[in-house]
Amino acid sequence: MKQKWALLALVFTIVTVLIGCEPLLVLDPKGPQAETLSNTIWLSIITMAVIVIVVITLLVIVLVKYRASKQPDDYEPPHIEGNPILEGIIIGIPILIVAFLSVVSVVSTYQVESVPEGYEDKEPLVIYASSSNWKWHFSYPEEDIETLNYVFLPTDRPVEFRLYSFGPITSFWIPQLGGQKYAMADMVTTLHLAAEETGDFVGRNANFSGEGFAENTFIATVLSPDEYDTWIEEIHATADPITEDKFDELLEPGHLGQMTFTGTHLDFLPAPEGEHGGHNHGSDDSNTESHDEMDHEHEHESEHSNH
Amino acid sequence: MEFFERFAVPHPSPLIYASMVAIGLVIIAIVLGITYFKKWGYLWNEWLTTTDHKRIGIMYIISALLMLFRGGADAVMMRFQTSVPENAFLDAQHYNEVFTTHGVVMIFFMAMAFVIGLMNFVVPLQIGARDVAFPRLNAISFWLYFAGAMLFNVSFVIGGSPDAGWTNYYPLAGNDFSTSVGVNYYNWALQISGIGTLMTGINFIATIIKMRAPGMTLMKMPMFTWSSLVTNVIIVFAFPVLTIALLMGTFDRQLGTFFFASENGGMDMMWANLFWVWGHPEVYILILPAFGIYSEIISTFSERNLYGYKSMVGSMVIISLLSFFVWVHHFFTMGHDALTNSIFSITTMAIAVPTGIKIFNWLLTMWKGKIRFTVPMLYSVAFIPLFTIGGVTGVMLAIASADYQYHNTMFLVAHFHNVIIPGVVFAMLAGLTYWWPKMFGFMLNEKIGKWAFWFLTVGFCFSFFPMYITGLDGQARRMYTYSEASGFGPLNMLSFFGAGLMAIGFIVIVYNVYYSFRYAKRGIGDDPWNARSLEWATHNPVPEYNFAIVPQVNSSEAFWDSKKKGHKLFRGDYKEIHMPNNSGLPVIMAGLFFVFGFSFVFYIWAGVIISGIGILACMAYRSFEKDHGRHIKVKEIEETEDKFGGAK
Repeated sequence: MKQKWALLALVFTIVTVLIGCEPLLVLDPKGPQAETLSNTIWLSIITMAVIVIVVITLLVIVLVKYRASKQPDDYEPPHIEGNPILEGIIIGIPILIVAFLSVVSVVSTYQVESVPEGYEDKEPLVIYASSSNWKWHFSYPEEDIETLNYVFLPTDRPVEFRLYSFGPITSFWIPQLGGQKYAMADMVTTLHLAAEETGDFVGRNANFSGEGFAENTFIATVLSPDEYDTWIEEIHATADPITEDKFDELLEPGHLGQMTFTGTHLDFLPAPEGEHGGHNHGSDDSNTESHDEMDHEHEHESEHSNH
Repeated sequence: MEFFERFAVPHPSPLIYASMVAIGLVIIAIVLGITYFKKWGYLWNEWLTTTDHKRIGIMYIISALLMLFRGGADAVMMRFQTSVPENAFLDAQHYNEVFTTHGVVMIFFMAMAFVIGLMNFVVPLQIGARDVAFPRLNAISFWLYFAGAMLFNVSFVIGGSPDAGWTNYYPLAGNDFSTSVGVNYYNWALQISGIGTLMTGINFIATIIKMRAPGMTLMKMPMFTWSSLVTNVIIVFAFPVLTIALLMGTFDRQLGTFFFASENGGMDMMWANLFWVWGHPEVYILILPAFGIYSEIISTFSERNLYGYKSMVGSMVIISLLSFFVWVHHFFTMGHDALTNSIFSITTMAIAVPTGIKIFNWLLTMWKGKIRFTVPMLYSVAFIPLFTIGGVTGVMLAIASADYQYHNTMFLVAHFHNVIIPGVVFAMLAGLTYWWPKMFGFMLNEKIGKWAFWFLTVGFCFSFFPMYITGLDGQARRMYTYSEASGFGPLNMLSFFGAGLMAIGFIVIVYNVYYSFRYAKRGIGDDPWNARSLEWATHNPVPEYNFAIVPQVNSSEAFWDSKKKGHKLFRGDYKEIHMPNNSGLPVIMAGLFFVFGFSFVFYIWAGVIISGIGILACMAYRSFEKDHGRHIKVKEIEETEDKFGGAK
């Protein structure tokens, strides 16, 4: 009975949602990384559903067949210690399933941790996304633009988000473009995404970060490359430059709407990576490394200005 | 006046004032009631100073039930707040405090206490012992747990509750972002009760290793005793990590160090690692005894021996080892490389194998059995499919890449409630119903018990299955509100409906206790369930010395064999029984620990020093105390045995 109830409740809830509602965000991918994840999730749901159905079926059979009311009063259940073949099967099958899913897990994890497939040749757009209580700051070093609580992305180009935080640990998440990753105060983490369809997608901090956490959201807007270039030009024509004082104001705890600036706060307040990292202890190696990286970035910028 | 300002609640609301009044009235009512019925002496002599494992077990269980209602009230408030978009019942700060205390209370003060309470009551009986190895230490364990629980609960009305989540991640839990004394309470309450838990671990390992009845080899122990042994080994290895992490947190917050800070060489990620190095084994500390209870119940009510005893033991040992190698899966998204995540993803999924073996062994135990649907069995039968669903969603979460989409969402919330409620809570309710006649000498009403079961099971499905869906739709956990446009509304309303059903279920259980206490038949005999293991070989309720004659054991089902195969459990004559004396020291010491913790929370150094000296003085007193226990005379044993309906 309870299995039926459990199943009924499950079916009921699934049906109420799936009929007449929009598809669930995570299972409605708009980019290659989110699609990899959506496929992985579907694969695991199907595999797991088979296990659940097998267990419930066995349980129902056993309960129906061996309930006391169906047995003669003098029935004495047998003493059975175990059976090596049967126990071999109940160990072997789970091992096979777990082995299969381990392969799925490893392959898909490597996929989403690298540049999306098909985008390896294209130069990634680097955006620094930093959180402060309870806002998201997006810095485009290449375009020399900074936005608050919204981010514009072009299609057909891999995007490399570099994440860090000006406060508690937060988690940067655009469900329809890919999985989430933590942003922390003493280091920079990297998230590889790409968008294939234009449109507005919800993004948020998924990791609890205090009082204003629920409203710690942003909009990710995906544009065609042409529209994206137009947007950049418009901003350079209209927006004010970001200053150190202005940025300090923005860091105050609270909620602000969407804002746009030219320049980035990285110029006066660099991200905690390389020599600015929280765990940099001034060894020579890391210094040269970070210089290399910075030179690399300057190259990007000069390339862009040459356009 | 300035001194008292620190005790004010930083975010007062009518709810908090109402609970202040309620707490005050309840305390006055209890004190007046005890005084009126002249029960102070009884309370002190029979309960507060007891070293009897059965009474300590019952006190653990009563405290756990109280905490269940405290944490349950939090749960209903959360589900009510999120039942509709933009609800204004709780503001963000209150909601944060409510989910933090819900998590802490349910894990540390409800589930842990329930598990340890049942262990206390059952394990010595199952191994044919007269008490645990260190009865006085056992009392100290309980009273430290109780002091910790009370310290945590006063935070609600004095100074403010913790608000950084039960995981208490830094730097959010640091002074910069969590400015009330709430997290100080968290540190000290968990520290004090954690010390108690660690001592329980040592105590039960010693008890199970050294005090088994003659003939009971390790592989002839009942399954619940095996699960307790494995659990206590995990406790001894895992809890010191929590102790140190909490101490480092205390140093950071109260003494100006930077262990978990994001500047000055501190590392916030270290807290997450230390917390989960303890936290994941903790999950198995809770679930393994539950597995043990289900094994006992399923075998009893299928009237069959437990299928695959050896593989049951083996799988628990493997789970206990693996539990220490999976902690990173709690933060796959912290930016490790793909290799690290892959390794921890595989170790996590590996746990599904021994767990799967257990599920199939339970099914095979029922196979060819003669299944009776009593209340404990109903919980066990519902556990199998519901826990399987919780388990397979755990495997889904273990896929590191997919976890990037599930992490921090309601999907995760649904998963861990899906394993903890049908796994741990159902097991505790099943175990309580099953061993109730052993504790009190009468049975809980089956009919009312079945009503409670159905409310809880159906309520559970309505509460938590919708969360899988809202999680996949992008609803993050711990959000105090959401917009109507998000579309989360209807399913959250369904969850609230389910929470309401569960609340009714728990109220029905309380009513059942009252009803059965008044109307249930007494004198039910020693073996009302037709059970199999040793605890049923003695009387209901159990005399203080447990067994008049130490039983002789021949298999893991010695009592069943004595009924069916003519095995003789009790041989020889009554002899004098050596029992431990009562002691007021544990409760006094725990009181001092409470004062110590409370003073430290508020930086009242005089209180810290005085209570610290008091604690040391208690220890010194104990070191020089000459207490050799007492002896129960043969004549006294004979009288007691006659009273309980004939000698064994």
